[in-house]
Formats: sequence, C-alpha cells, structure tokens
Amino acid sequence: MKKLVLLLFSFSIFSLASAQTKISGKVTDGKAALPGVSIFIKDSYDGTTSNADGTYSFETTEKGEITVIATMVGFNKFEQKETANGTPIVLNINMKEQVSELKAVTINAGSFDAGDKKRATVLTPLDIVTTAGSAGDVSGALKTLPGTQQIGNQEGLFVRGGEGRETQTFIDGMLVRNPYNSSVPDIAQRGKFSPFLFKGTSFSSGGYSSLYGQGMSSALILESKDFPDRTETNFSLSDVFLGIGHNHYWEPKKLSMGFNLGYSNLQPYYGLIKQTGASFSKMPDDLTLDYNLRKKWGKSMIKFYGYGNNSHLGINRKDVINNTNSFGLQNNFAYGILTVNTLLSGTWSVNNGISYSYNLDKINIASVSDKGSLLNKADIHSQANFAQVRTVFTKYVSLLSTLRFGAEFQNDLERVKYTNQLLPYNKTNEYTDNYAAVFAEGEIYFSNRLAAKPGVRYEYSSIINKMNVAPRLSVAYKLNNTTQLSLAYGEFYQKPDRSYLLYKTSLGYEKATHYVVNYQRIANDRVLRLEAFYKKYQNLMLVQTTPGYPLLYSDSTNGGRGYAQGVELFFRDKKSLKNCDYWVSYSYLDTKRHSARYPKEGYGNFPDMIQPSYAATHVANIVFKQFFPKYMFGYGITYNYSSGWHYFNPYNASYSEDVTPDYHALGMNFNYLTRIKNAFTVFVVGVSNITGANPVYGYNYYAPGTKYEIHPIAKRFYFVGCFMSFGVDRRQQNVDDSLK
Amino acid sequence: MKKIVLLFTAFLFSTALFAQSERYMAAMNKFVAQLDTARTKDDFQKLANQFELIASKEQNQWLPYYYAAFCNASLVYQSDKDLIDVLCDKADAMISKADSLQPNNAEIYVIRARICSARIMVNPMSRGAKFGKQSGEWLEKAKTIDPSCPRIALTEGTGKFYTPKMFGGGKDKAKPILEDAAKKFEVFKPASTIHPHWGSRECNWMLGQCNKE
Repeated sequence: MKKLVLLLFSFSIFSLASAQTKISGKVTDGKAALPGVSIFIKDSYDGTTSNADGTYSFETTEKGEITVIATMVGFNKFEQKETANGTPIVLNINMKEQVSELKAVTINAGSFDAGDKKRATVLTPLDIVTTAGSAGDVSGALKTLPGTQQIGNQEGLFVRGGEGRETQTFIDGMLVRNPYNSSVPDIAQRGKFSPFLFKGTSFSSGGYSSLYGQGMSSALILESKDFPDRTETNFSLSDVFLGIGHNHYWEPKKLSMGFNLGYSNLQPYYGLIKQTGASFSKMPDDLTLDYNLRKKWGKSMIKFYGYGNNSHLGINRKDVINNTNSFGLQNNFAYGILTVNTLLSGTWSVNNGISYSYNLDKINIASVSDKGSLLNKADIHSQANFAQVRTVFTKYVSLLSTLRFGAEFQNDLERVKYTNQLLPYNKTNEYTDNYAAVFAEGEIYFSNRLAAKPGVRYEYSSIINKMNVAPRLSVAYKLNNTTQLSLAYGEFYQKPDRSYLLYKTSLGYEKATHYVVNYQRIANDRVLRLEAFYKKYQNLMLVQTTPGYPLLYSDSTNGGRGYAQGVELFFRDKKSLKNCDYWVSYSYLDTKRHSARYPKEGYGNFPDMIQPSYAATHVANIVFKQFFPKYMFGYGITYNYSSGWHYFNPYNASYSEDVTPDYHALGMNFNYLTRIKNAFTVFVVGVSNITGANPVYGYNYYAPGTKYEIHPIAKRFYFVGCFMSFGVDRRQQNVDDSLK
Repeated sequence: MKKIVLLFTAFLFSTALFAQSERYMAAMNKFVAQLDTARTKDDFQKLANQFELIASKEQNQWLPYYYAAFCNASLVYQSDKDLIDVLCDKADAMISKADSLQPNNAEIYVIRARICSARIMVNPMSRGAKFGKQSGEWLEKAKTIDPSCPRIALTEGTGKFYTPKMFGGGKDKAKPILEDAAKKFEVFKPASTIHPHWGSRECNWMLGQCNKE
C-alpha cells in the first residue's frame, strides 16, 4: 500500500516536473522589438504577451508536439511546431508586416486628398467652410493649398502656370462642363456646388490618373456622398442668401431623397454698404434648386443629382475716357448626373454613369459716351449642351492592388450667336464634337513600402479629327513609418478652347508633360509636404496679333509652347497648440509661355516667351483656426500673399517691366454654435480684407499712360449668416470633436 | 486497496473530465479580476490576448468572446488613430460570436454600442452622426431586454458626459443618468464571478467630475 502511494506520489512529482516546458524569446518586426504580441500554444490555455522590449516567457504543461502561434494586429500570423519535453525552448519570432491599407505607402505625388479616409487627409468639407476667406467655396479653400494662384478676377483654379480652363472638375468620375457661375469680365465667380455634397475631394496639381482627361494642368475630383446621416431640415439666412433644404432618409428601404432651394440677392447688401468699384444696373441675383436621390438596390448603389439655376446681373463701369460700358448677363444652367455602382462578384465591380448639362448665357453689352451717344450695343447668346456616358470596371487583384479600365463618350454642342444691334449684323457659330476615350490603370502594391500606378489613356475627338495616346505613371516608396517619397510622370492632352474651335477646326491637341517629385512626412497630426515639378507645354493655341489690327481667331495655330517649374511647401499642424489648427503653404513658380494672343515676331522688343498674367512667382498662405469648446466659439484667420502679376502694357515695348504691386489679403471669420429650441444653430460673421489693402489684379489700358485698375467690386465684404438645422444634425457631435 | 485504486481511478477520471472546466474557471477568474484593475494600454492588450486565447480554446463559451471584444474596444481609446478600425473590426467579430452563442443578451448589446462609439474617433466629423445613432440603437435594444443592467445607463451617461452641452450633452445631462447607473450598480449581482460586473469605477469617477461643477 505504502509502496503504491509512494509510486503514485513519485509519479505525480514526475508528471509535474515534466509537464512544465518554458518557452521564451524575443519578438521583432525584423528590425525593432515588438511589444503587445500574443504568443500562445495552439489549443491550450498557455500563452503570454510580449513586453515593451519584445521579450516574452511562459510555461506550458502541454507535452509532445506543440504549435507556437504569435499574432498581432497588422502582422501576418506566425506559426511554428516545437517539441515540449521539459527542456526550455528559446524561440525568437520575426513577425512579417501585413500589406494593409493602414501601413501601405500612398501614391500621392501631385495630389491632395480629403475625405473620410483618415490617411493623407488634408482638407475636409468642414475645413473648407471654416477657412476664412473661402466664403464656403470649394475652390476658395483650395486656393490656400500650394500650386494654386490667388487669381481674383477670373474663376477657376490656376495651377502651376496653367490657365483656369486647364483644371477640370469631375463629379463621381464624370466631367462637369461649366462648374462655375458664368464669367463676368474681371470678376471671379463661385463654384456652383456646395462642399457639403461631397464626401471626398481630391485635388491634383499634376500627374493625375489616366481615368481622367482633358485637363492639361490639374483635376479636381469630387466624390458625392452616399446616404445622408439622418433626416433633417435646414434653414439658412444671411445678408446675401436665403435657403431651405430637406433631406429624408428611409433607412429600412435604403432610400433617401432631398432638395435644397436657395435664393441670393445682393440688393440689400449693396444698398446698405455703398460700393465704389462699379454700379449695378441689375443687382446680382441667383435662384438655385437641387434634388438628390440615393437608392441601394441589391448589389447596386444608385445616385442621382440634379441641379438648376437661373441668375441675373447687370453692371456699368466708366472707363477713363468717360464712356459707360454696361454688361448684362442672364444665365440658365441645368445639370443631371446618374451613376450606378454595382458589385459584380467578390473581386469585380462596375461603375456606370450618364450625365447631361445645359448652359445658356444671354449677354448684352453696350457702350455709351459721356455725351449720351450709343457707341456699341450687342447681344451674345452662348450655349453649351454637354452629354456624357462612362463605364469603369474595377478588378480587385489583391487586398490593395486593383486594375481599372473603361471607356467614355461625350457629345458636346457649342453655339454662340452674336447680334450687333447698331450695324445691324448677326452671326451664329457652332460646332458639335464627339469625343471618345478608353483608359486603363493598375494600382500595384509590391509591399507596404513600394507601390506603382501605371496607366494609359487613348482619346479621339471628331471636331479636330485627331487621336492621342497619353501614358501616365506614379511610383511611391515609403522611407519609414512616417515619411515617403513619390514620383509622377504623365502626358496630358486638351482640346483647344471653344473660343478657337468656333472659328477654326483644323487644329490639334494642346499638350503638357508633367514630372513631379514629392516628399511627405505625416506624424502626430502634423503633415509636411515638399514637392518639385517640371511641366513642358507643347502645341499651345496661338493667335499672332499686330497692334491696331483686329484679332482673327481663324488665324489660330498650335504654334505655342511654354514651360513651368517650381517648388512647393505645405505644412499643417493640428497638434502643437491646443484647439488650434493651422497650415502654411508656399509656392515658387517659374513659368513662361509663347501662346494665346501673342504679338507677331519682330514687334517691339517682345521677348520670345513671357510670364503669363495669371502666374505670380511667389504665393504664400497662412490659415489659422481656433475653437473654444467651452464657449462653443471659434475664429479663423487667413492671410494670402502673392507677388505681383505681369500684365500686358501695349505701350511698353519691354514687356517684363510691368508688374502689379504685391497682393495681400487678410480675412477673418467668427462662428458661434448654439441651440435655439430644437435647432442646432451656427452664427457666422466674416470680414474680408481687414487691413483695407487695395488689391490690384491687373490693368486695362485705353491710351498711353491711362491705365485702369482691375480690383474686386467689393473692396471689403462682410458676411453675417445664421444656419439652423432641425432634426439631429451631423454637426452636432463633430464640430467640437473635430477640433480636439 | 481495491477501493483506493478505484477511488484513485475515479479521481483521475473526474480530473480529466473536470480539469477543462476548472482551468477555464480559474483562467477566467484570474483575468476577469485583472480586468477590474486594468488601466493602461498594455493591461488591456495583454487581457485582450488572453481572452482571445481562451475563446479559441472554449468555442462554446460566450464570455471569453465577450471580454475579448470589450478589451479590444477599450484599447481604442489609447491606440493610434490608424488602428481604431482594425481593433473595432476585431471587437465586432468577437462580439458577433458571443451574440450567436448567447442571443438577446443586454450585456452584449452594450459592447456593440461601445464599439460604435469607438469608431466615431477615427473621424468625428464624418462619422459622428452615423455611428452615434447606431450606438444609441444598440442601447435601446439592450434596454428592452434588461433595463436593470447598470452598464446600459453607464454607456448612455458616458456619451452624454463627453458630448458638449449645446448638443444635448454635458455634465448636467449626464449626472442623472450616471446616478441612475450608480443605483443600479449598488443592487447589481453578477450571475457569477466571471460574468460582467465592470463599470462602477468608471461611473463613480464621472459622477465625481459632475459634482465638481
């Protein structure tokens, strides 16, 4: 009996001793120690977590063949078989990083992305509206980013030596014709679309994707929102604007619909605050209505957005010889876009889109001398009907790598009817262009560190009866966890502007070739970007002029050329100062062109190439915002600087001497968030040009020595507004949190 | 002698049978107790690993999955912004397993609500409304099952506590809800030592903050 007990006892001792096998070692990611890794034996309770120095140690009671597993978020699972027999096991583990969206390099040379995607986020919709001086306009806020010019007398984004027309706007992949309110001489117009329509904004200042075309300089790619967050009704009231909107979301039906109706009129404002810049014969007014529908249908997401507006404006300006020049504009615009995004199978999806836009500008111009005699009177009806269909297939090759290809077709009717009331004389010029493109692009992640995006685009335009093939390539390499280097190259073609095509069609594409190098460091809510670029322009439109003779567009050729090169800096910091967010951007630009209306060779001392009037050498912006969560009060300050613009002085033979004074603009806004009964309410007060500087965008000439400054109509603008939203509003949770 | 041998074999046999559940209880007791004092990221990471390990072994028990989800969701508040969604996805997968093993459980819905709240942190601006709403819906669902569960009121009060006054939150609004939670905590009796009983520490801290003002 005793023997047996002894035997049993010794047996249990033995089993105890043999049951414990110590496993220890160190976990690394190949280089550095990796803490927090879970190391355990498969199908057992035995395991531990690695320490701050990567070391670990635990004991197991398992015997025989065991499988040691190590797991960690963001890393591939590690598995190794070992034999447990009581002898300590030393196992050093090397964890391999997973190729993942979080860790992977981003292909971003030339582009600024904004949206919900947390990485590489530069500007969100809320950033746009709270940027002082942007006046809630998408392009207004983008003008605080590097690469753009502070042009105040023409609409559009002037990017890296390019004209405004060289930047194209895309909504859900579809090109938008007339994205800005119609041009008025020497006055920049706002974009038509509200920043709150979009969940993502990607602004490319060069080297953009082959999915897009017909913009020689830049692409503004806007991605519309999916379902609204909830049902809500909005009212807005300001010194220039009145608006009402409602969005309804039937969540179980996966259906949403909404509309916004807005009316703006400057009558009360200009009645109160007299303007010296110009007198209005018809106060600017604008009536807009938009409608949206979202429906999830099986594996498809259907989105429709319709927009229409009707605006009027009449302006009188006296010139130096006391003639009164009047300009009247009535604009009708209608736009509709329908997109269907369908998941075909696990790895395939297809995006189909169709859009149509109609734009009619009824312009009347007249010139009356100081003695009352009518010198000129004419009507111009300018019309554009633009239709587009587009299909893009996406194949998800692996977790991140994708292949996209597709085709698009555009039908564009452009018509200008000119009627001179005095002569009388009338003429209609019009053309129809059928444009087709096919494109393909791969986004290939070789690892978390290295990615490439090669692409190619083929285009054909019937009006000029020419095709082109444009290759594009971007490569990005991650130097370490916070820094990366990217390169981009691409060829970008654009059809001649309609002002040429209306008079001559035997023309070719204008072409720009981009080379971009980008360095980016993102760490702790701070972003630093440095970018250098070189851009070569070929086959630009050129009309040679001789002073004293009328300009003939029918003489235009593709004989123009030019270049642009420069360096840019962007720094944003949300961290260093509490409740503050600021960014600084600087652009240096060296650009010259021989294009557009260029004097005939041998005229005066005109150089071979000149710096265009819309391209300033130095541009800098400082945007600062602070929010006091305790008082729900915030303010923002924006300072824009631009060195002078070169301008054309027909009476100075040596062109380059004529440069406007430097441009400074200091704007400020204040906002206060509160709750009035059930409505979330925001009060906003904004003031532009606080210092009362006299911004000069250029000069118009009438006679030697008599130049006329081009400056904003309202030297300083005050904005006072109130926005109310009933129903629990999206801004509720976030305005505060976003500024934390 | 025979008796002893029989007894011994019976003992051996029963240990073999019960060892598993004993080990389970022992491990759970140990780590649930550790959870009561867990504060740092490392604490939660270690516990998350341990509960996941137990869960992988005890695939019919809902509590390891529940605690693994809870630890991952708690880790969010001390983690890199980039990791929030990964951790929340993991927590979601864990709590879904718990939910399938133990359907209609208020405690599980509380965790679901907390995961939704955690996801807001990635980008409060664009996510606040969507996930804030979802979080509220899970809490409502939990209330219909077990209104006496103090962690429902606690989670609701926490939301109010961190929401600014003008958005319908604030300490004034949070206080009565947290007081209600505190009352429920006083009378709350967990089904066992390893069943959910966390939260009173958090509740008392917030109430202290409310009373300061």
